[in-house]
Amino acid sequence: MKSSMRTPLSRVRYRGAAHSGTGHFWRQRLTSVALIPLTAALIVILFSLLGRNQAAAAQMLGSPVVSVIIVLFVVTSAYHAWLGMQVIVEDYVHHELGKIALLMANTFFCAVVALASAYAVLQMSFGV
Amino acid sequence: MVKGPADLAAARPLSPHLTIYRPMLTMLMSIAHRITGAALYFGLLLLAWWLIATASGPGGYGKFQSFIDSIVGRLILFGYTWALIHHLLGGLRHLIWDIGRGFGPHEREWLTVATLAGSIAITLLLWIGVFMFGGVR
Repeated sequence: MKSSMRTPLSRVRYRGAAHSGTGHFWRQRLTSVALIPLTAALIVILFSLLGRNQAAAAQMLGSPVVSVIIVLFVVTSAYHAWLGMQVIVEDYVHHELGKIALLMANTFFCAVVALASAYAVLQMSFGV
Repeated sequence: MVKGPADLAAARPLSPHLTIYRPMLTMLMSIAHRITGAALYFGLLLLAWWLIATASGPGGYGKFQSFIDSIVGRLILFGYTWALIHHLLGGLRHLIWDIGRGFGPHEREWLTVATLAGSIAITLLLWIGVFMFGGVR
């Protein structure tokens, strides 16, 4: 940092808003609220699958209501995880390039995991 | 100690960090919330593997099942269960705090103990349920 007598606050004042505001905080809370019933539903689904073979499990996971619940769970938790890991990286990684690389990797990881999981569920649902 | 303007920024007092505080339950649960969150992040891989394996057919499903039935698989799944429940209850606690309640000295301590005790109790109950109902069909 350049040496200066100015306080950090005075340096950023009048530069305008970052235009993100409380968006990150809000989306974290929104997804966390959604995940409460979704997690309960997932646990019920997992219990009903105990002891079943692959064909029975695939048939059940492919049924309309269960498919929608699992896709909602996977997408919501991947989004929630994406927001959470972003904060962890920003808190602990101070090397600028490393931080950018990890934030990109975080986005790629969450997108791939969510899409791959949703694809598998839809595959069972549509029976392709 | 301050030699010139360059040293001013460094000489400004910073708020004390973790090491200066006596470990408290609220602090430990805050740390646990982040650690369980990070664990669940990578746990998404297990969830994806389960779904892809089930969609792929009996071969892939068998591989997943033999991993889950192994000692290591069981330990991971047990840890996953606790992390999931603990993070869920910790999240509920944070939502209570977000609406401005539960900040009193006794309330916050009670909430924190409830998070830990609740997560352990629910995890054990779920696994007792698994052993009771598992393999019935």
